[in-house]
Amino acid sequence: MTDVAEVLFVAPDEYLAKIAALKADGFEMCIDVTAVDYLIHPGRPLPDGVEPARFEVVVNLLAMGEPRRVRVRVQVPGDEPHLPSLYDLYPGADAMEREVFDLMGIVFDGHPDLTRILMPEDWEGHPLRKDFDNVRVPVQFKAPRSTR
Amino acid sequence: MSDVVGDAPLPSVTAGTSEGAQEMAPRGATEGVALQIEQGVLRLPEGPTLDTGDVVIESGEDETMIINMGPQHPSTHGVLRLMLELDGETVLRTKAVIGYLHTGMERTGEELTYTQGGTNVTRMDYLAPLFNETVFSMAVEELLGIEIPERAVWIRMLLMELNRISSHLLYMATNGMDVGAISMMIYGWRERELVLSFFEKVTGLRMNHNFIRPGGTAADLPDGWRDDVLGLLEAIPPRLDEYDTLLTGQPIFRDRTEGVGVITPEAAIALSATGPLLRSTGVPWDLRRSMPYLRYDEVEFDVVVGSYGDAFDRYAIRLNEMRESLRIVRQILDRMPNGPYRVMDKKVTPPPRGRIDQSMEALIHHFKIFTEGFKVPEGEVYVAIESPRGELGCYLVSDGSAKPYRLHIRGPSFVNLQSLPTMLRGGLIADAVAVISSVDPVMGEVDR
Repeated sequence: MTDVAEVLFVAPDEYLAKIAALKADGFEMCIDVTAVDYLIHPGRPLPDGVEPARFEVVVNLLAMGEPRRVRVRVQVPGDEPHLPSLYDLYPGADAMEREVFDLMGIVFDGHPDLTRILMPEDWEGHPLRKDFDNVRVPVQFKAPRSTR
Repeated sequence: MSDVVGDAPLPSVTAGTSEGAQEMAPRGATEGVALQIEQGVLRLPEGPTLDTGDVVIESGEDETMIINMGPQHPSTHGVLRLMLELDGETVLRTKAVIGYLHTGMERTGEELTYTQGGTNVTRMDYLAPLFNETVFSMAVEELLGIEIPERAVWIRMLLMELNRISSHLLYMATNGMDVGAISMMIYGWRERELVLSFFEKVTGLRMNHNFIRPGGTAADLPDGWRDDVLGLLEAIPPRLDEYDTLLTGQPIFRDRTEGVGVITPEAAIALSATGPLLRSTGVPWDLRRSMPYLRYDEVEFDVVVGSYGDAFDRYAIRLNEMRESLRIVRQILDRMPNGPYRVMDKKVTPPPRGRIDQSMEALIHHFKIFTEGFKVPEGEVYVAIESPRGELGCYLVSDGSAKPYRLHIRGPSFVNLQSLPTMLRGGLIADAVAVISSVDPVMGEVDR
């Protein structure tokens, strides 16, 4: 099996403390920060005691000494998508959190420079959200000019 | 724009443009930590890892200038735009502005079936397309819970190692061009073409192959593939030795790259850098060795590491990684097994063309797979492989339908670009070209 990561579920208020504990445990690199919008797929399998929320932020950490991976999944409510930033623990989370903010609209409190990174600054909305449907811009096609 | 947090008042130089907050603002308009990021100062829990006083940035505001490098600068390998604050020729601050090539490929991936998904992901890192296809296919296979046949595993490894060579050859070409060795550019492209014509013979296309698919590969290797690979094994090593003569010992090239863009192992790990960028600092981290996938634990190769973390180390690592890849390819030739090249599960792989004329069932399966695609069980999975640029990861969420619910690609170039402010700190603007080139970013993967 190629997915060797141990999956952990963390409540939003314990998120920062848990990641700090994992870092102290040897997970020295933050490989990836991403998020999923479960708006139209609410019934996903979750272990007991984990209350599903609209967003799920997924953090992949890597320990290099004795190679290990851990994947932290944290539920983020849809009405107030806030989470503390990992920047102080992992400076490498900078661009990844900006990407999640840009495309999914999750606000990382304490991030030093939380601006859009891929979309234009004046873009409205967050394109990877499942209720973002104005991606379909009507295109007006014209018939080629007749040569006869 | 009410959702932009920390929306500083737009400085006058960018007023009226649409990209205020993404750009580099005058120093007075940038706050503490954001300013430190641009200066390349890393804040770790133990405090900054750099002596912030080693570069004097306190010269008056009117003595420095902020210039744009890119997005149309030839050394930026596409549409990377760097904003640099310069004092004379010294770089004080750096900020990368990206997104010019953003086409929403992760969103597109949610609209395509798993059968079609390969055509999408292969266009992300367009210099190493076979890696993208492999990581996507491995994630789908992990969710499906299928094991691919031995021959498919070894075909994937063969193609990926050749792709690593072609990608590094292009790096050799562009890196040579960026530091002034124009002839190197011609040679790099020439040798890369040898590999690409082999790919064309195998997959039908030079790039963006969509050859590696969930369940195995699209087709078997063509007749005579072994002779072609032997031809490559014969043609490329002498050329690599020529590069050695042309660049490695050449004083001008060494002057341009040695001690340029230095990064420490601590900083590289903190900034999540992977691939040759991390290995140049002396950290022997290669997923093929550390967390083996496919059959990389059964082949012999060395993980090449540097010791100074400068641009020259990154050049030397890539040059020698090509030799290691050739060594792996030789072993693959000896060990390539016979047998099927894709799983025989009718729900995942389309039937052979000949069966469609004979069997009603085969026709139905063929029709179903190409119209609806196959359904993948619910779940989420993260798979990572070592691409020429670093850790290429695929996070895939399935809701049980025939299309991914969420497809996220962790692009190594995107993450590695974060190291630029640290590497450019206090250097000369002419060296910035060499440093960008040594990171070898592919903008298709940065912006996705």
